[in-house]
Amino acid sequence: MSASESPKRSLRTPLGRVRNLGAAHSGTSDFWRQRITAVAMTLLMIPALVIIVMLLGRNQVYAAQTLSSIPVAVILLLFIFASAWHMKIGMQVVIEDYVHNEKLKLVSIMLNNFFSVAVALASTYAILKLSSGV
Amino acid sequence: MVEFALPKNSKITGGKTWPKPAGATETREFRVYRWNPDDGKNPSVDTYYVDTNDCGPMVLDGLIWIKNHIDPSLTFRRSCREGVCGSCAMNIDGQNTLACTRSMHDVKDGAVKINPLPHQPVVKDLVPDLTNFYAQYASVEPWLKTTSPTPQKEWKQSHEDREKLDGLYECILCACCSTSCPSYWWNSERYLGPAALLQANRWVSDSRDEATGERLDNLEDPFRLYRCHTIMNCAKACPKGLNPAEAIAELKLKMVERQI
Repeated sequence: MSASESPKRSLRTPLGRVRNLGAAHSGTSDFWRQRITAVAMTLLMIPALVIIVMLLGRNQVYAAQTLSSIPVAVILLLFIFASAWHMKIGMQVVIEDYVHNEKLKLVSIMLNNFFSVAVALASTYAILKLSSGV
Repeated sequence: MVEFALPKNSKITGGKTWPKPAGATETREFRVYRWNPDDGKNPSVDTYYVDTNDCGPMVLDGLIWIKNHIDPSLTFRRSCREGVCGSCAMNIDGQNTLACTRSMHDVKDGAVKINPLPHQPVVKDLVPDLTNFYAQYASVEPWLKTTSPTPQKEWKQSHEDREKLDGLYECILCACCSTSCPSYWWNSERYLGPAALLQANRWVSDSRDEATGERLDNLEDPFRLYRCHTIMNCAKACPKGLNPAEAIAELKLKMVERQI
């Protein structure tokens, strides 16, 4: 694309365009939380997998019995919490990278938040329901 | 902006093949991107044959030979011819580097393929428009900022503190790193890019500077800084052997450090 045909042509100075609305003074929290949840998932991955393998092919009674143990339920809840949060942050980064239409970006980020919360809540509900034996 | 297909006016068409130089015993094929803003045509790739017995060993020597002996209209930037000024940055055989420090013998197979730095507007042929890149550099305010009274002589710095600037001050702003970064391709309007962030870290790391917090405030942004996903193309491309990805990681570490 030639300089003269750039769609971003504007009479604003280049420095004015770069400074634009200024720094958002945010981003570090998400960056840090993404690392915390990554480490948490690494630690929780093996116990969570062991529990899932133990439940494979078993009936609901066995599952309810296994999840009635507090450590088992807590491990699964923590795993769900860390994964959903990590998924939310990671997906938001992908959306910000590739979606440049402002309206579509806002809607996508909103849907991403809804989806992550819904997945986390549904999984939490299922674990609590089984562990409480209801 | 993410662009998976080239805009209509950027699609490359077949170019001209210039005749081999008369009397040359050894030649090297050069395929060079050409685009002229004045003729209304799409870009093309022209083929030239350089007489290697009559020309220096570097890719820049080849380009200068072409300009002097075959096609004076070939346009490119060059100045120091020794890797200090950063003017002749271009994409050679698929990698951003300096034409003056890349030997044409290092390009192994077939023709030496030369394109302008990727994903920048082209002014003409191999000359990219780096206005945004330079404005981003200006936005990190690359100068010493102090409020204490200026000392009679120089601002003092220990040897240990001076060493912290090694690997940062050597940057020549050639733009090889920033234009090799996919994050910069997609978001160059908002992401500062590896070169400007390496320079930002150079001033954040300077023990004499008194505006460290302000500098970090100015960078703390999901786009300005956190578009870096540690892809590492910058470190691979840097013709000076610097590691902008590491400098950006240091900036992120400082951001976390001041919060927890």
